[in-house]
Amino acid sequence: MNVAEIKQPASGTVPSQETLVEARDLRRVFDLSRPWLNRLIEREGRVTLTAVDGVDFSIRRGETYALVGESGSGKSTIARMVVGLLKPTAGSVSIAGTDVWAKAQAAEQRAMRRRIQMIFQDPFASLNQRWRVQSIIAEPIKAFGLITNPADRAERVAELLSLVGLDPRDGQKFPHEFSGGQRQRIAIARALASEPEFIVCDEPTSALDVSVQAQVLNLLRDLQQRLGLTYLFISHNLAVVRHMASQVGVLYLGRLVEEASAQELFSEPKHPYTRMLLDAVPDIAMEGIERRSIAGEIPNPITPPPGCHFHPRCPRVMAHCKTVIPPVEHAGNTSVRCLLYGST
Amino acid sequence: MTPTLSVKNLRVEIPTRRGTLVAIDDLSFDIAPGEVLGMVGESGAGKSITGSAIIGLLEPPGHVAAGEISLQGERIDGLPPDAMRRIRGRRIGMIFQDPLTSLNPLYRIGDQLIETILTHENMSHAAARAKARQLLEEVGIPAAGERLSSYPHQFSGGMRQRVVIALALAADPDLVIADEPTTALDVSVQAQIIALLKRLCEDRGTSVLLITHDMGVIAETADRVCVLYAGRMAEIGSVQDVVKRPQHPYTVGLMAAIPSLTMDPHESLAQIPGSMPRLGAIPSGCAFNPRCQFAFERCSAERPEPYPTTSGRAACFLHDTGGSKLPPVENARRAEKAGIAVKGRTEDTVS
Repeated sequence: MNVAEIKQPASGTVPSQETLVEARDLRRVFDLSRPWLNRLIEREGRVTLTAVDGVDFSIRRGETYALVGESGSGKSTIARMVVGLLKPTAGSVSIAGTDVWAKAQAAEQRAMRRRIQMIFQDPFASLNQRWRVQSIIAEPIKAFGLITNPADRAERVAELLSLVGLDPRDGQKFPHEFSGGQRQRIAIARALASEPEFIVCDEPTSALDVSVQAQVLNLLRDLQQRLGLTYLFISHNLAVVRHMASQVGVLYLGRLVEEASAQELFSEPKHPYTRMLLDAVPDIAMEGIERRSIAGEIPNPITPPPGCHFHPRCPRVMAHCKTVIPPVEHAGNTSVRCLLYGST
Repeated sequence: MTPTLSVKNLRVEIPTRRGTLVAIDDLSFDIAPGEVLGMVGESGAGKSITGSAIIGLLEPPGHVAAGEISLQGERIDGLPPDAMRRIRGRRIGMIFQDPLTSLNPLYRIGDQLIETILTHENMSHAAARAKARQLLEEVGIPAAGERLSSYPHQFSGGMRQRVVIALALAADPDLVIADEPTTALDVSVQAQIIALLKRLCEDRGTSVLLITHDMGVIAETADRVCVLYAGRMAEIGSVQDVVKRPQHPYTVGLMAAIPSLTMDPHESLAQIPGSMPRLGAIPSGCAFNPRCQFAFERCSAERPEPYPTTSGRAACFLHDTGGSKLPPVENARRAEKAGIAVKGRTEDTVS
């Protein structure tokens, strides 16, 4: 408990009004059909899974935008489409005005890729265990041709290691010599090596123990403040999101059901799903609240319920929820997809 | 009253080529009838090994090297495998983390339940089937009669965990050991399963040993909490005390490190520097001393005995002299925020 340099939390900084990342009507459909011959013989149709179903959001420079959702809600699929690892079925993602997927902008895309990085969930899988830490961190610098002189590069690697709270001499070691939290620091150093502006953090702490989780979360906040980074932060843990995010989007079965500033979302949740999620999650505060658990479970995403996906579990379900897909409504500063907030 | 489970000075050793690892070192605790004891710790602290030692399923070469485990006053450690088999399931039920691996995918749910019931109880097949159905109803599975003939893959994750709970409770055991029962489940389902487990055990007066790394689950379920660190007990006490007024520096750090939905999001989380030592390299004296901000000379020389606290025990020399107390969790966070590390033994007790 002695890292004293973090005086002002990152979420205290005011994000600029400039939009850095914009996702428009993002869709991704996975084809889960069996091979055509099997389909022919067994007279089956195609089976598709709509993982992301028309998601719109924008991230301002310097802010942390969090996507929360349970498994199968499409959070990781969105992350992969944003960084350019998975092609969207429809819709577009643009970062600082450059479309991530448009073919016409290939040259701009190459320049832009350096400015996007990703931190993965499992630091045991995301680092090459046969490479020394210094080579792992130096790779993006080499690949983007940022520093060509080996001596300068080694100096930069040492600088990055101390930036994430490791000893510069640790560069000589192999990943297996480090604990989970230290490996995640190495992954963060590698992400910072290409001097990115935008980092996608996909469940960066869910494989870590709580005391280590706090170290990594504080480090991420501290780095954001010092380097002016923009984060897309993906998590299923609401308490972690509340601690990190300035803007939050709640996903349910591929749709963004609610979007608001973190303060607004946690003090005045609007969508029945968000409300129930906040009611249901066990917390260490021990206020002695009787937990009302959410009835039922997430339906199979291959056959989602018609209308509003949440209606079979919703306590305030109305007749037309079963047929109408709720449009985006605005209630205060919150955008919510629920017919309860309809303008009529 | 005889405790349902009593563990005294338990020591579990794992011999390896490079020497013997002590996975559990001098661990003692009791579970009263009907009580839920939470066991927390980070990965590698020895939570699951404690559970396995109690039901006699330690993976060789791990073994109980010393200590006593008694179920309702009778020793159960070192029983022959046959006798242990009769206790497992009948008197101690077990719930594991992943419901998919604890159910046999090739047998119908009903057959698995009936088999368990018939193994432990002398009744006709028809009566066992009726009991299986009643169990499924109790754990909240709709259309229980028809679901008896379903296979595990036809159930969702939460439903499978309900079936596993039904299996664990099939023979009305005295003790249920639940090892991370909600970790593999989605957040919205976790709360359902915890509420169910708690209600069923309350109704039957079953004691529960709840092993988890999730403090939120412990805070809302357990009566008392035992905190493990590097195979040793750091602290045991009532859940209110451990969460709000922890008596061991490790627990103080742990609690302040957990983000809560009620804390101010602008505050930084407290950090414990470093990470838990590996079993082969446990520091001398108190295992926590290299990471402890309150450590003094004695901590690295001697191993602290558990000293009595208001509602339990804490293995920390700060309690040796009596009077001195640790700051409450909020203060640890506040000190962090102001950039002042709380150094040395604080005499102020702000409550």
